[in-house]
Amino acid sequence: MNILVCVKQIPDPAGPQELNNDNTLKREGKLILDESDSYGVEIALQLRDTAGEGEVTLISMSPGEPSGLRTALAMGADKAIHVVDDTLHGADALSTAKVLAAAVQRAGDYTLVIAATESTDGYTGTVPAQLAEILGLPSVTFAKSIRVEGGKVHVDRQTEAGYDVVEADVPAVVTVTAGVVEPRYPSFKGIMAAKKKPLETLAVSDLGLDLSSWGQNIVSVEDAPSRAAGEKIEDDGEAYLKIVEFLEEQKVI
Amino acid sequence: MPDHIADELAMFRQTLREFVSAEITPHALDWEEAGRLPRSLFARMGGLGYLGVRLSEASGGAGRDFRYTKILVEELVGSGSLGIAVSILAHAEFATKVVDRAGSDDLRKRFVAPAVRGELIGALGVTEPDAGSDVGAIRTRAVRDGDEYVVNGSKTFISNGNIADYVTTAVRTGEAGPRGISLVVIPTHTPGFTAAARLRKIGTHASDTAEIVFEDCRVPAANLVGDENGGFRLIMQGFEGERLVLSVMICAQMRLMFDAARRYGLERDVFGHPVLGFQAWQHRLADVLTTIEAAEALTERAVDLYVRGEEANSEISMAKLFSAEAAVGVAHDCAQIFGGSRYMEENLIARLQRDSLAFSVGAGTSEVMREIIARTNGLVPPRKAT
Ligand SMILES: Cc1cc2nc3c(=O)[nH]c(=O)nc-3n(C[C@H](O)[C@H](O)[C@H](O)COP(=O)(O)OP(=O)(O)OC[C@H]3O[C@@H](n4cnc5c(N)ncnc54)[C@H](O)[C@@H]3O)c2cc1C
Ligand SMILES: Cc1cc2nc3c(=O)[nH]c(=O)nc-3n(C[C@H](O)[C@H](O)[C@H](O)COP(=O)(O)OP(=O)(O)OC[C@H]3O[C@@H](n4cnc5c(N)ncnc54)[C@H](O)[C@@H]3O)c2cc1C
Repeated sequence: MNILVCVKQIPDPAGPQELNNDNTLKREGKLILDESDSYGVEIALQLRDTAGEGEVTLISMSPGEPSGLRTALAMGADKAIHVVDDTLHGADALSTAKVLAAAVQRAGDYTLVIAATESTDGYTGTVPAQLAEILGLPSVTFAKSIRVEGGKVHVDRQTEAGYDVVEADVPAVVTVTAGVVEPRYPSFKGIMAAKKKPLETLAVSDLGLDLSSWGQNIVSVEDAPSRAAGEKIEDDGEAYLKIVEFLEEQKVI
Repeated sequence: MPDHIADELAMFRQTLREFVSAEITPHALDWEEAGRLPRSLFARMGGLGYLGVRLSEASGGAGRDFRYTKILVEELVGSGSLGIAVSILAHAEFATKVVDRAGSDDLRKRFVAPAVRGELIGALGVTEPDAGSDVGAIRTRAVRDGDEYVVNGSKTFISNGNIADYVTTAVRTGEAGPRGISLVVIPTHTPGFTAAARLRKIGTHASDTAEIVFEDCRVPAANLVGDENGGFRLIMQGFEGERLVLSVMICAQMRLMFDAARRYGLERDVFGHPVLGFQAWQHRLADVLTTIEAAEALTERAVDLYVRGEEANSEISMAKLFSAEAAVGVAHDCAQIFGGSRYMEENLIARLQRDSLAFSVGAGTSEVMREIIARTNGLVPPRKAT
């Protein structure tokens, strides 16, 4: 079973985040595999290993070095397609989806396209659904587990109340919720093998795309408002009741 | 350094850093309390191939060089519990490297390969109650009887002694002195083998340390590593790697202490400003950092020579000597900025400080390092003919 996994390479969220003059995020330093995508990679590897055949192919659009892709290759993915093109600077979610769709179409036969529910840096959570639309495929979101059987993909789809059991024809685009599996650590063998695995670097022209504008123009970026002071509850021996009441109001308990 | 090696080293470091912070650091205090590492940690790390980075491919290792060991050591020290690094390295380097290098294929298959996978745990047994620095004076005896050796004697201060499945042991098979010593792998399930009660140390608590006793232990003669009576040379060659491991460990430990001191010095207010507002403390930590950089540079040079296969005994001894002696002062200075909390068990700096006290002894004392430096640098006058 061939599986394509869209993985985003992002600047380390633990490091300092800086904006360019045009308000896009600086991506010059070392890019890492978005942690959100490590769950999709893990699920894809498990599906491939259960099927006993097929390949996991990574697809990513980002500037710079493929260091995050190497991490996913070290985890066990078979090969990668990296779209790197200066003209993509400042691409918005729809343009990103168009580029990824063109890369998917080059990748040969596949059963599933897996992505994360949302990325860590941009987190619009819109790219995968757009991708499905462009490819004309079913889109299943918020998967906590995925099984492929009898020409269909069976997904347990997380909801607030529990989960829905969803079925769709393959190929399909499925997004995976963060935290639903434990992504494996790259083994030392995996690390050694990673640099020998095929990694194709493509420009926009290789994808047969010719979009003169990539969409968005970020006018300004404001700091999030600092949080207002919280409510103080004096403990007169009954404070716990007020806390319980507050938590109930917030629907936390 | 070629790019692909730099990439591989960087990815190994990144992977280990994540592994250590998620799978090791959260358990460090429990393991210190238990006085040993769980077998499951060896199995987990072995399964991921992290224990065999410098062991040969013939033994199931990755056949890489000491730069990978250096990363392993540094990242394990990052857990804040030195004993964890000691226990893992006693296994992944001290007990196994010499068998990998000088042992038969059969020994590699029976002892090194399972150690690489983390299925068997190894220890190195050289020191005895009456012979430490003077390795040539060991008394544990192995007498050949048919196709077996019968071993009698005892060892002490043996890291992993209680948890090990085998001990790579220095034994006397011949004449008195260095020329009568051999290395034999002794499985700990051998009748007559006992690991006496765990030794209670003042630091490195996560590393188990034992006194072990051999009473008529019968070991297959095939467990001999290299040539009979050729053990002393193997042990001395092995010590180079061990001392380099120690040097790296010490440098990483000093960095950890410096970082903790700097953070605290910027945070803690005294007399209305951070402690580091005092020039006295700025200068003190400037000295500390300079010392650490010097130790790292010396260690890096020793690692570089060693990796290139050049003669490095003198540089390794200098790196080990300089770092170990510096660590005591660095530990004191870095702890002092914490005031009273430097003395509190729950404080990382308190543990780092006491863990630093074994550095001037382990893998050869500072005095022995000076002996080597003197000998390898023409400082010993020739004996007068009599
Ligand atoms: C202030 C600001 C500055 C920005 N600067 C830049 C910039 O300089 N460069 C830039 O590319 N974007 C930039 N963006 C993000 C950009 O506008 C879109 O948001 C982004 O391309 C869509 O991604 P997302 O992270 O919102 O995707 P989401 O829809 O949240 O992503 C969901 C999943 O889709 C997949 N996916 C999404 N993007 C990719 C990708 N590129 N490659 C592979 N898989 C992917 C992943 O699996 C991901 O987890 C910026 C956004 C803002 C708000
Ligand atoms: C935490 C820890 C873990 C250890 N793990 C192991 C292990 O796994 N396996 C193992 O085999 N051993 C292990 N050891 C033992 C260690 O290698 C020895 O303690 C060390 O070699 C010193 O030997 P000794 O204790 O017998 O001291 P001694 O050799 O008795 O030394 C006593 C003093 O004499 C000094 N001295 C010795 N020779 C000279 C000289 N030529 N000139 C001047 N002074 C000299 C020494 O420096 C020291 O100050 C461990 C020790 C510790 C503390």
